[in-house]
Amino acid sequence: MIFKGIFKPLGMLLLLALPAGAALAEEESGLLEADTNINNTESLQRGARNFMNYCSGCHSLKYVRYNRMAADLKIPLPELTQNLMFTSDKPFDDVISAMPADSEKWFGKRPPDLSLVARAKGTDYIYSFLKGFYVDKTRIWGVNNYYLPNAAMPFVLAPLQGLQKAVFKNVPDDHGDAKMVLSGVELMTPGALKPEEYDQFVRDITNFLDYAGEPIKAKRQSMGVYVILFLLVFFVFAWLLKKEYWKDVH
Amino acid sequence: MAAVPESTPSGKSGGFLGWIDERFPLSVLWKSQVAEYYAPKNFNFWYLFGVLSLVVFANQLVTGIFLTMSYKPSSAEAFNSVEYIMRDLDWGWLIRYMHSTGASAFFIVVYLHMFRALMYGSARKPRELLWIFGCVIFLMLMAEAFMGYVLPWGNMSFWGAQVIVSLFGSLPVIGGSLVEWIRGDYVIADATLNRFFALHVAAIPLALVFLVIAHLMALHEVGSNNPDGIEIKKKKGPDGHPLDGIPFHPYYTVKDLVGIAGFLLIFCAVIFFAPTFGGLFLEAPNFDPANPLQTPPHIAPVWYFTPFYAMLRAIPSFAGTQVWGVLVMGGAIVVLFFVPWLDRSPVKSIRYRGPLYKIALAIFVVSFVTLGVCGLKPPAGIYPLLAKIGTGLYFAFFLLMPIYTKLDSYKPVPERVT
Repeated sequence: MIFKGIFKPLGMLLLLALPAGAALAEEESGLLEADTNINNTESLQRGARNFMNYCSGCHSLKYVRYNRMAADLKIPLPELTQNLMFTSDKPFDDVISAMPADSEKWFGKRPPDLSLVARAKGTDYIYSFLKGFYVDKTRIWGVNNYYLPNAAMPFVLAPLQGLQKAVFKNVPDDHGDAKMVLSGVELMTPGALKPEEYDQFVRDITNFLDYAGEPIKAKRQSMGVYVILFLLVFFVFAWLLKKEYWKDVH
Repeated sequence: MAAVPESTPSGKSGGFLGWIDERFPLSVLWKSQVAEYYAPKNFNFWYLFGVLSLVVFANQLVTGIFLTMSYKPSSAEAFNSVEYIMRDLDWGWLIRYMHSTGASAFFIVVYLHMFRALMYGSARKPRELLWIFGCVIFLMLMAEAFMGYVLPWGNMSFWGAQVIVSLFGSLPVIGGSLVEWIRGDYVIADATLNRFFALHVAAIPLALVFLVIAHLMALHEVGSNNPDGIEIKKKKGPDGHPLDGIPFHPYYTVKDLVGIAGFLLIFCAVIFFAPTFGGLFLEAPNFDPANPLQTPPHIAPVWYFTPFYAMLRAIPSFAGTQVWGVLVMGGAIVVLFFVPWLDRSPVKSIRYRGPLYKIALAIFVVSFVTLGVCGLKPPAGIYPLLAKIGTGLYFAFFLLMPIYTKLDSYKPVPERVT
């Protein structure tokens, strides 16, 4: 058939163009890879524990209810109320920090709600941010962040990670002169956790925030497998029906 | 029990259906529009996208109704209510993802549907009005999608609305007051959100329903085109039906069912495994609530508007006004209406056209996709240049059409469909 020579390449062009466009939309981020797994319930439980103990003092998760979280993460209710609820005594409450409205005066910025941080900024960003603090005497809390320059947050995880220092490298500027540029961070004084333990600690928090951003995510994906399987079967029967009906069309 | 009304020898139906038929032309409509609507038997893959548009439209209407039950159109509550739908409402996440993915799917199938028309000359006589109804549907769809995008009241909703609405401000004399009239305030605010909600859930869907009906009525009046671009009505059998036609039902209903199943496979794969589609269907900055004090680092519309957005940015300001870009962007839509008359070729289908049209159409597709990519990117590096070239090629495809379709060579068109 003549037309096949025409419409196929054109069609392929269109179909190729869509993912190519999507690929082009991806930017080189320069972030560390979080490598989280939303189906790892133990990691999510540890992440919830870490978040409630180290973050919830300042940061709310205003769209996350304690009891929904406990149900999703398979945390028993007594465990929840005794060890994870510091901001409320009612399991159906949202995770709201005790930070007062005028806390902007303390930090220059009110500690943001983190319900949707994983959706707005991505898990790699959270993971990198929590690994990016370094000592900087010019900042009010004595620390700066490699991934969010001039971050307002004090480094509350310092006892765990230890302190990092900035690493600079020489890069020629436009005039060919050497210029010192911030190129990374490295551990200066160790903390209570070994580096790989700290990585896991931060990864668990990141995983938990990914959950908090979309509590249905794990269930959605597992449900999707069955939906696709059903549609495949439906497709086959629809195709057989069509074949049967079209037998007499020549 | 007949889902397909059977007629009695007298031509009248009996029983309950007969009772209805005496009062409402149900059997007549069913026959004329479905069971005895003769469609060409040689429809290919590209002829699926019309029915898929209808499927997606139905999806948007039904999921939209359910979203409206829990969404709150106020600047104070809109963002929270969307998160409520996503988290606390049973199956709310599924309804919302069906609606948000449906918006992108709508444009994918409509763009492919329009491409099909360009490929097989479906806009040509006698289908000019059918094509024009389609263009109006496309225009309405853009308005519908834009206003729907504002409703979640995320930061990209807010700033996208800010950018697009302020385009009207570049019109001479009336610009300033027109923008104020559209917004209902001096800034994008609660009043804007409320009226966009009204337009998104009532006015435009209503217009779309009527336009889709008009589109289908016009189609069934003139009959469908086909990949050979020949009129099947010219060759009729002794029974008065086209020799190359087959009844829409059951032949195309069962064939479309296969297409719909295939479409749903892709559609559901996106809903369940990649609902944001890498930030293209749901943009990451829109998970931050609207904040008039914090502009996102890079404002880009959703992917389906980016070809036109790239054209807007490609045109520099001249004589102290930005209005030229707005006019070019509008012109990119307006020029579509004239396709039936711009095309001067003696044949309709690309199968019997010469190399000039094939090359022109290929260049058009490439420039449209390139414009789409440019619109997603910040206007830096190579992109402004690409956008300028793309804009030029986009308009060249339409404006030079009378010339190259006349110069082109053609193959003889067969009497019957192949």
